[in-house]
Amino acid sequence: MALVLAAENVKETLEMRKALCATLTDLASSREDIVYLDADLYGSSGMKPFAAAFPDRAFNVGIAEANMIGVACGLSAAGKTPFVHSFGPFATRRCFDQIFLSGAYAKNTINVIGSDPGITAAYNGGTHMPFEDIALMRSIPTAVVVEPTDTTMLKSVVRQLADMRGVHYIRLKRKNAITVYDEGTTFQIGKSLTIREGNDVTLIACGIMVAQALEAAQLLHEQGIEARVIDMFTIKPIDEQAIVEAADDTGALVTCENHNVIGGLGSAVAEVVVKHTPVVMEMVGVEDEFGEVGTEDYLRQRFRLNAQHIVEKALKAIARRDA
Amino acid sequence: MNQQQKKEAEIFATQIRIETLKALGHLGFGHLGGALSIADLLSVLYGGEMKLNPQDPAWKDRDYLVCSKGHAGPGVYATLALKGYFPMEELLTINQGGTHLPSHCDRNLTPGIDMTTGSLGQGSSLAVGMALGQRLNHQDNYTYLILGDGEIEEGQVWEAASFAAQKKLGNLIAFVDWNKKQLDGYIKDINDFSNMDERFRAFGWDSFVINGHDVEAISDAIAHAKSNPDQPTCIILDTIKAYGCSFASEIELNHHITISAEQLASGLAELEAHLAKVVAE
Ligand SMILES: Cc1ncc(C[n+]2csc(CCOP(=O)(O)OP(=O)(O)O)c2C)c(N)n1
Ligand SMILES: [Mg+2]
Repeated sequence: MALVLAAENVKETLEMRKALCATLTDLASSREDIVYLDADLYGSSGMKPFAAAFPDRAFNVGIAEANMIGVACGLSAAGKTPFVHSFGPFATRRCFDQIFLSGAYAKNTINVIGSDPGITAAYNGGTHMPFEDIALMRSIPTAVVVEPTDTTMLKSVVRQLADMRGVHYIRLKRKNAITVYDEGTTFQIGKSLTIREGNDVTLIACGIMVAQALEAAQLLHEQGIEARVIDMFTIKPIDEQAIVEAADDTGALVTCENHNVIGGLGSAVAEVVVKHTPVVMEMVGVEDEFGEVGTEDYLRQRFRLNAQHIVEKALKAIARRDA
Repeated sequence: MNQQQKKEAEIFATQIRIETLKALGHLGFGHLGGALSIADLLSVLYGGEMKLNPQDPAWKDRDYLVCSKGHAGPGVYATLALKGYFPMEELLTINQGGTHLPSHCDRNLTPGIDMTTGSLGQGSSLAVGMALGQRLNHQDNYTYLILGDGEIEEGQVWEAASFAAQKKLGNLIAFVDWNKKQLDGYIKDINDFSNMDERFRAFGWDSFVINGHDVEAISDAIAHAKSNPDQPTCIILDTIKAYGCSFASEIELNHHITISAEQLASGLAELEAHLAKVVAE
């Protein structure tokens, strides 16, 4: 496993959706089985170039998400490998039973892309702001749940998922992510990446919170505290080994997620910790609230999904551990 | 509708368009097209058709409006502000953090908004339940439902339609804003629903097509619906997305657009000129 970290954590010039489209278009040129379905959101998903390249394998089912999932599962039964997209809440909540039964239970293959996770739904407001999609998708037996951090990771993860069978959920920030990795990094679904070493406390993050965790680790370093930072981009199946090692090495964990603390990354990590090696844990995430309208920056402050809050929770975890 | 009422409704519709454009122009972007295409309907409903009380938005004997295409919220907010539900200045807070006016309708945030919407299709069943509740309460009120022509691709709309007919909900009056477009383009190219009135009739409703920018036709259609107490009615409004605002209606993919200062100025000039013309008539 190779890890090549970006020299600087800055906003990428390539949007995540552009990387997704390029990857799927490239895959589809050598794989006849790849099909793409959208529910009236080509304009948002950035998948128009795919549809232009493969008009026979790109479908717009209209505003009918449950139908889209069912059709995709049927395509799977006929030997296809479907990728489907809608905004996160409509790709999961809105058609959960179809994903659960027509998909996982019937052992069909479907790659569900849910875009604009959590506060990145921004101006679309509370109805479009999923803080529960990880929880939902994680509860489906056999499902795989990933939240790619940047374009370098996204490209690799999409290719791996295309080779796997079953129900997969890709929690996708549509626009520009903060770059964390450079080319040359290898990613493996189910394996986390330790992107900063430290033995005083461990920050376990996914999605947009990875960059916040790195910033928090730097702030802690300035206080003489060395935080380990783990990018837990696969929320299911979760990397138990990395969690247990971090718990043993640091005795204090802080999870960081752009999601409700109920059912998401924090819960997934806690499930491992209590089973193997109970240690002090704190969670940064949405505290059982609904989303709201506003800019991503406003919402980051509003829900305290920021480095400052991670630092506070890290200090609290350390104090609890040492008490 | 007499001549005076017609003139007033046309003035109100234009004012709704002006305030909607000002608010979204201030923000710099938004779902302008789908908000403007229902301005004439909103004018007729809030200009006299609906039983309501701006001083008491929660008045028990009011009629309900469910704007199921929740992204048209800004058009409804402009209407409510003009009716005095809240100060006009609040329109400039649309979508800002902490606002009472979010991008999609929210009954818990905005005085006068009767139902929370934004996940397309869901308003249909909610409206059926509200109309059924009015009947159980022995109220002689109506529930008005506004659907998008793309939105009715959701299966839930048809589950609701079937049940409403089964329950003979004559107090439910629905509208489909037939502006021919959804987010990705023309409905006919995606999931063709051009025979909507036939489909609604097949589901047991009364349904017909009218010019959705003709306030008199809208008023007459509602009167016709009210004359039919045993059947829900769906009025298909033949409209143009972003009607009244040329810079926006001329953009082909005009579901969610950015609005520059120049576009705002040109749109306002066009609408103000139209307003002056209607007033002078
Ligand atoms: C369940 C659901 N799926 C997708 C969306 C995203 N979306 C918002 S508006 C829209 C298009 C709506 O088209 P239409 O109903 O014709 O509205 P109008 O033309 O009146 O604006 C879409 C796909 C949504 N809000 N809800
Ligand atoms: Mg439409």
